[in-house]
Amino acid sequence: MSDAADPGSFEPVQVFPESGDMDLRPGADNCYKCTTCDTACPVAEVDDEFPGPKFQGPEQWRLKRKEDEAVDDSIMSCSNCMRCDDACPSSVPLSQMHNTARAEYVDEEMDKLSREYVRNRILANYNTLARLGSKVPRLTNAVMGNSVVQQINEKVLGITAERDFPEFAEQTFREWWDERGGPQVRSEEKRVAYFHGCYSNFNTPEVGKAMVRVFEEFGYEVVVPKQRCSGTPMFANGMLDDAKRAAGINAENFKGLIPEGYDVIASCTSCSMSLRQEYPELFDIDGIEDISNHTYEALEYLRIHEDIQGAIDEASVSEQSLAYHAPCHARNQGLDRQAVELFRELDGITIEDVGDSCSGISGTYGWKEEKYDKSMAIGEDMFDHMNHAEGNVGMTECPTCSMQMEHGTGYEIRHPLQLLEEALV
Amino acid sequence: MAARPRTAETREATVPISEDVVVVGGGIAGASAALSAAETGASVRLVTYKKSTMRFASGLIDILGYTPDGDGPVADPYDALGELPDNHPYSIVGEDAVREAFAMFDEVAGDLYLGGHTDTNALLPTHGGTVKPTARYPKTARHGLASDDRDMLLVGFESLPDFDAPLAADHMGAAGVPFDVDGVTVEFPERFRADAKVTRFAKALDNDEKSVRRRLAKTVESHLDGAERVGFPALLGDVKNEEVRESLSEMLGVDVFEVPMGPPSLAGLRLEDALFDALDEAGVRISAGNPAVGYETDESGERITTVLVDQKGRETPYHAEQVVLATGGLVGKGIESSREAVEEPIFGCHIPHSEDRYDWFDLDAFGDHPFAKFGVVPDDELRPTDAEGNVEFANLRAAGGIVGGADFAAEKSGSGISLATGLVAGRNAGTEATQ
Repeated sequence: MSDAADPGSFEPVQVFPESGDMDLRPGADNCYKCTTCDTACPVAEVDDEFPGPKFQGPEQWRLKRKEDEAVDDSIMSCSNCMRCDDACPSSVPLSQMHNTARAEYVDEEMDKLSREYVRNRILANYNTLARLGSKVPRLTNAVMGNSVVQQINEKVLGITAERDFPEFAEQTFREWWDERGGPQVRSEEKRVAYFHGCYSNFNTPEVGKAMVRVFEEFGYEVVVPKQRCSGTPMFANGMLDDAKRAAGINAENFKGLIPEGYDVIASCTSCSMSLRQEYPELFDIDGIEDISNHTYEALEYLRIHEDIQGAIDEASVSEQSLAYHAPCHARNQGLDRQAVELFRELDGITIEDVGDSCSGISGTYGWKEEKYDKSMAIGEDMFDHMNHAEGNVGMTECPTCSMQMEHGTGYEIRHPLQLLEEALV
Repeated sequence: MAARPRTAETREATVPISEDVVVVGGGIAGASAALSAAETGASVRLVTYKKSTMRFASGLIDILGYTPDGDGPVADPYDALGELPDNHPYSIVGEDAVREAFAMFDEVAGDLYLGGHTDTNALLPTHGGTVKPTARYPKTARHGLASDDRDMLLVGFESLPDFDAPLAADHMGAAGVPFDVDGVTVEFPERFRADAKVTRFAKALDNDEKSVRRRLAKTVESHLDGAERVGFPALLGDVKNEEVRESLSEMLGVDVFEVPMGPPSLAGLRLEDALFDALDEAGVRISAGNPAVGYETDESGERITTVLVDQKGRETPYHAEQVVLATGGLVGKGIESSREAVEEPIFGCHIPHSEDRYDWFDLDAFGDHPFAKFGVVPDDELRPTDAEGNVEFANLRAAGGIVGGADFAAEKSGSGISLATGLVAGRNAGTEATQ
């Protein structure tokens, strides 16, 4: 014990019994209850049942110290947008607390045969579903686009029939990559490993292709290691075991590249968020810190390492007006302004930020039948701003934000890398 | 004045993320510094960590409400500036800078704020029922002025303990306001959970969910009892704030106003939005979400060349000719204290304080606390100085709560000091960078 007379050796009193779990005590103690996180929460703004991030984080953590207290089921209404992390002026690890509480709830309290569990498991493992579906893309698209199937999905599984299932590309990004024979540029100094994630592989390979072409244009050697889902939808559904398995495979496939001078680049801001923050926060896996410290979002990387502003100043594209939405996970990495700041200097481009509200879909959240209306209510500000923006093409980095933007406005949605490709390649 | 466009020839190529001026901190001082630096034609980047402390603020913009001796409320803050001690931030920048800073604020705030028509302080009721002297106030609060003699009704909601309307009314009555004031607590017409967030109320009113505006007016109508104006807590809508306020006013047949609230404050959030819109318009680049944690200097060690920003465990360099430090005081975490020392954590600027931490505070809770005035000691150009009085870095200036010498909470001077020191620090930085 400490010597009370010497303030230098002050030790806080141990109030709660030691546990083998992650030590969230310092995080909980940092909360001084200013409720800033609650004002940043898009769900609390529309959902009268949801007690907000302050409760889900530090307060629930304290409640649980009592042996017989179970995790409150409202944790499942947190969409894992992680805006509370960004809001907290006291560095409380809110999303980490939410992720662990949600996993505990799913593990200990959720009926594994319930419709909700089965549905969430399916949504969280979109990766597996997509791998099967994209083997026969046309058939899958026809089946999933069938309104009868959609009704069955809603009635049986609780997946909303309001949304159209994203179409699978006829050729995945990886198929294209193999067909072109892998890297076209070799370099000892400038080399990156691309984490494409599920969506740009199965659904929007044009984003992955744009990434490759832009980086090769700047003289980078691009490699594309085998990979699984980043884990984002699994965190959001409390499927931490699934996420840990995927993270383990990803770590295994990427960690050897870091000492060889590769940095990890993601085109999806939730993937980069996951590798950078959630992996090291939640998992103790060999090499995970190293990967985290070397992971970047694509445009972020170019801004740090290349004179991309100079390249953009000299380039031009056909006249177009874009309505840009910053995904919550981009916001949390400090990347919410970079696309607008860069492209507003690009000849031919009018670009407008459609405001700082959440799009409302938050990955799998907006796909759940019981959450659909809330998801659309959250998105209303964004739709409104998009409708008032000049032009009718949207832009965002996040695949599910892009689904929501398209769903709410009917606009075509592009990824910043696609515009970069148009301007520079 | 419009920002001078930067041509390809003048732009420092080769170095990525490079600006003439980097402002560290996204509060009122940081915004003011970035705007005034941009006006000189400099390229400016504002780096800010978390959401700014503006959401802790009432949304009122003060110059000076009370003198350092506690005299007041001050009627004309400009008259009182001359009496301030020499080391007070206002004394360092001078009255002209304060006037210019408020002119800049008025331009940025546009019709969101009132009070610029006079030098005299306005008296605004607060959610605690006190009357606060302030220089600028949100337009939505205008019918609440304590100098107005119309009878007043304050309305609070059952599930919102932050505003106890009957208590606030009693306090105002006891303070001797020149009108009758009553307070009533009503049930908000929509049933929210017991601890619903202010944003939930605002959203419901913004969207007029289930005609909630009409139902609220109906609930309040029977309590009017001759009152000519009605005050609600400041949650009357967020994006459609003025529309909500006007429609309630129309339905009630009397003027409606918002009472500034404590944190989390929607009025503070609206102010933040206005300032960031202005930054955007001025071409200021903004990097939010990651903390500045360190710096690099040139070989002499006298000039900062780079501000290092921690991007999730990795330090990204932001190159700059000039740097403005506007990270706030103890609440904004621009100043950190442990049991041993008080520090400015990014650049290690000197902050005078007693070695014995028992001298940092006064035993009387409302006494004259030394910690309230903790901060860097600026030279006449607002450059922080070390213990010997020499500038810490030739190209580092400080603005806002990080600057010592004023107890802004007691004086009611925080936002004005932020605006004025921000203006001077930003303008000097911009001018020097573009010379």
